[in-house]
Amino acid sequence: MNPMTSEQIRALIARGKLKDTVFQALGILCLALGLLVIFLLVGDMLLRGLERLNPEFFTSFASRRAAHSGILSAWVGSLLVMLVTAAAAVPLGVAAGIYLEEYARRNWVTGLIEINITNLAAVPSIVYGLLSLGVFVYAFGLGQSILTAGLTLALLILPIVIVATREAIRAIPAMVREGSMAVGATRWQTCRYHIVPYAMPGILTGVIIGLARAIGETAPIVTIGALTFIAFLPPAPFAATGPDGSTAGLFDWAMSPFTVMPIQIFNWTSRPDPAFEANAAAAGFVLMCMVLTMNGLAIWLRYRLRRNLKW
Amino acid sequence: MQVHERPALKAEARNLSFFYGQAQALKNINMPIHDRKVTALIGPSGCGKSTYLRSFNRMHDLYPGNRYEGEIRFFPDDTNLLSPEVDPIEVRMRVGMVFQKPNPFPKSIFENVAYGLRVRGERSRRVLDDKVEQALRGAALWDEVKDRLQAPAPPLSGGQQQRLCIARALATDPELLLFDEPTSALDPIATGAIEELIHELKKRVTILIVTHNMQQAARVSDYTAYMYLGEMIEFGRTDELFIKPGDKRTEDYITGRMG
Repeated sequence: MNPMTSEQIRALIARGKLKDTVFQALGILCLALGLLVIFLLVGDMLLRGLERLNPEFFTSFASRRAAHSGILSAWVGSLLVMLVTAAAAVPLGVAAGIYLEEYARRNWVTGLIEINITNLAAVPSIVYGLLSLGVFVYAFGLGQSILTAGLTLALLILPIVIVATREAIRAIPAMVREGSMAVGATRWQTCRYHIVPYAMPGILTGVIIGLARAIGETAPIVTIGALTFIAFLPPAPFAATGPDGSTAGLFDWAMSPFTVMPIQIFNWTSRPDPAFEANAAAAGFVLMCMVLTMNGLAIWLRYRLRRNLKW
Repeated sequence: MQVHERPALKAEARNLSFFYGQAQALKNINMPIHDRKVTALIGPSGCGKSTYLRSFNRMHDLYPGNRYEGEIRFFPDDTNLLSPEVDPIEVRMRVGMVFQKPNPFPKSIFENVAYGLRVRGERSRRVLDDKVEQALRGAALWDEVKDRLQAPAPPLSGGQQQRLCIARALATDPELLLFDEPTSALDPIATGAIEELIHELKKRVTILIVTHNMQQAARVSDYTAYMYLGEMIEFGRTDELFIKPGDKRTEDYITGRMG
């Protein structure tokens, strides 16, 4: 075969580069389309709900009159439920992830567990709701409380936390583990001094992403029987509850009935009075901001904490 | 046993075989490790020298499916390091290791060196300070880092990182120190510093070093073992082995005809 002339080489490169350009343009188009839809949705919600977005909206309970209706019980409920969710899912998920990566022997049992964890992440959330209704509400008698909701959502995000923990641990080079074991450390010492701290950025990111998913979940919360109209806040610890001078316990709030943001939104959208649409849009925008803030926090934390980790 | 009458031994491999699952990586190795001497392991890639080295601190126990046969006797107490009754953690408390690629922890210089002591439950700030200084001096790193002990370790140069890893191993006063190609990731100047250090260290500690570099083996070691395909082909005093190898395969390797 004769060597190519320089014209032929240039023609070949030009053809190759044309495909480059086409693919690049296509990629940008797809990306822009996705972003555009999100911006339109958020923007539309903001426009429709703008009239309601004032301080009173955050400090008022739901009311029969749309203009005076607010999201106080909803955002407090969401926050408290997230608190319970995090408190339950983080220790369980992180411990399970550490066990699977650092302690468990690789055999068919762990293989089965692994497949199941991946599958759990795909279970429809309403199924978790049904499970909790049976287990937490009826069997454990926890009632339709913040505690039940928090535990339900904790189950829901447990696979996310476990997978994030395992992936963060796997990203730690084997030589760090060997370096620790080589000086005579036990597995637990290696986990405590090295594995957990170095995996923390990844774990935190996973936890926050999981919480961001949980905060928007509606179906399981409806299933366990969250109320849609709540005109009171859960009792603060040690707050006076009755005229006889009795006070709430430290964790009484966890047993209180509640509502959360998505349920409040759902409730407003199903009202016949169109004035409530603005409320729903405003609350939707607030919920969206909460999720975006959490995701932003995850990115910031990961960036901050990873700066100190170089192998 | 007659071994008791030879106090110059620090360890001795006896009929040592090793298996990664079904694959046999070491075949019936017998070899003495002399006390406070440097013993070099040379041989082509994949000959089992690192596998052999990592048997001395039971590193293979970290991964499933590995199996030892035979013994590594450890003196003066004549313990079999490979015995299932001996906890690998106990072995690693007595046998230190420096890896091929410097692997400092992403923590401060001080914490890197103090880690072995912390693992042993040492809490006294004074003891930690003393031991860390001693270890860093022992690793010829003290003068370079004494003003920034709390600074993170990763920004150190490769040679400094490797000396930090040596200090980490030294801090707990190991009886035997394993080096797994400690200079393969370093430039010639840093390599020279490590070799000089090994020369200095053998006054205190027995050293077993794997090296790809035959000149390095000739420079730093008192004894050399040539390994090939999982077998110990030849073991002898370094000056003798390099000048007059007894085995044709050793001769081919060190004269560059193979490997």
